[in-house]
Amino acid sequence: MTVTVSFVLNGEDVSVDVEPRTLLVEALRDRLRRTGTHVGCDTSQCGACVVHVDGRSVKSCSMLAVQAEGAEVVTIEGLAKGGRLHPMQEAFREHHGLQCGFCTPGMIMSALDLVSQNPDPDENQIRHWLEGNLCRCTGYQNIVRAIKAGAQAMRSA
Amino acid sequence: MYEFNYHRPTTLAEAKTLLESNADAKLVSGGMTLLPTMKLRLARPTDLVDIGNIRDLGGIRVDAKNVEVGAAVRHAEVASSADVRKAIPALSDLAGLIGDPQVRNRGTLGGSIANSDPAADYPAAVLGLGATIRTDRREIAADDYFLGMFETALEPGEIVVAVRFPRAKRAAYAKFPNPASRYAVVGVFVAETGAGIRVAVTGAGACAFRVPEMETALGRKFAADSLDGIEVDAAELNGDLHASPEYRAHLVGVMARRAVSAAGG
Repeated sequence: MTVTVSFVLNGEDVSVDVEPRTLLVEALRDRLRRTGTHVGCDTSQCGACVVHVDGRSVKSCSMLAVQAEGAEVVTIEGLAKGGRLHPMQEAFREHHGLQCGFCTPGMIMSALDLVSQNPDPDENQIRHWLEGNLCRCTGYQNIVRAIKAGAQAMRSA
Repeated sequence: MYEFNYHRPTTLAEAKTLLESNADAKLVSGGMTLLPTMKLRLARPTDLVDIGNIRDLGGIRVDAKNVEVGAAVRHAEVASSADVRKAIPALSDLAGLIGDPQVRNRGTLGGSIANSDPAADYPAAVLGLGATIRTDRREIAADDYFLGMFETALEPGEIVVAVRFPRAKRAAYAKFPNPASRYAVVGVFVAETGAGIRVAVTGAGACAFRVPEMETALGRKFAADSLDGIEVDAAELNGDLHASPEYRAHLVGVMARRAVSAAGG
C-alpha cells in the first residue's frame, strides 16, 4: 500500500508516494534524490541524518515520511543561497570542521538548531548540544570551533 | 520494518475507535522508542495510530497548585517552557536531560510513561512528585501506575491524555547517564510537596520505585547527610553490561544525596 505525502522541502512543494513504513530519510534520499542527508547508524544515535522539520532538528531515520505531512523540511541542500555557502557551512570549510565529512550534514543542521535557540553558544554548550551527533573521525575540536565561528558569522550577518 | 497501516486521527474519539477496531494497533507520537523497536522487528503492529496531531493531548497548563502537561507535549517543549521553569524547575531540568536534542524534539511525555522503560527519566518525576496520570477514562495516582518492566496500570486501548504534576516546595533530579545512550543508569528525583517528601528512583529497578527509608530520614532533616548509611538492597536491582546491581545500589545513594543538595538540603 502506498500513500502520498506532501510537504515543503527546502522551500519547494513536493509530493511523493511512499509506504507508511518509509522513513523520512529514505523518502529524501531514495525518492526525492536529496542525498546530502546521510544514514550512519540507522538507530537514532549518530545524527548523520539530522534535518529540520518545522524549524527543529530531528533524526530523519527515526521519523516516518508520512509524519512529515504538511511540514516544512529543510536539508543540507537547502542552506546555500545563490551559489554562496551558508555562513555555518563556510565556517566548517574555513575551520576544517570535518575529516571524512560523513557526519558533516548532520553536524551543520544540528548546529543551526542550537544557534536558533542560543545565538552565542559557548564551547561547553556546543559540546553538550552535540550529544546526538557522532564524528567517528573524532574531529570534534574543529567542529566545535567551526560552530562557534559560524554562530558569530550569523550574528554579524 | 514490517508493513503496517498508518492513521492520523485529529480527535481522541477517532483514535479510540481506531484502536478498538484494530486488535494489533499501536499508538505512536514521537516514535522515539516504537520506531527503533519496529526497525529491529521486535514489534509488529498492524496499524499505527499517530496521536501527535490531537489538540486535546497538547499544551502545558500551569495554575497555583499544579503543572499539567499534555501527553503529546515534546520533551524540548517542557525543557524550554518558561512557565514550567518557574513552577517546577526540576521538571524542566529533567526534560532537558532526556536523550539528545533531536530525541527531545520528537519524544513525548505520554510515550515515555506509557512505555515505562526501566531507564526512562520521566517516571522518576511522575513518581517523585506524586503526579496524577489522566487518561481517556480515569485518573491514576503515580503510586498505582508503574507496575513493572514496561508494565503500567494502563488497560488495553487506554490513552494517556495528560499528567498533572503538583508544584513542589523544593525538588531536584540527579542522573548518572549512560554516556552513549543518555538513558539513566540511575536517576533519583527528590521532592518536597504539600503531601510530604518523596524519593523516586529510575534506571535501577524493573520500573521507577520509591525509597521510604530515605523519605523518612529527609522528613526529619532535609540534608544530604541524612541519607548516610541508608542502602538500597541490590538483590532487587538491574544488572547489565553497563552496571552491576551492587553498583546501581551505590549510585542510588550518590544520586539521592546530589539531588537533595541540589534541592537546597
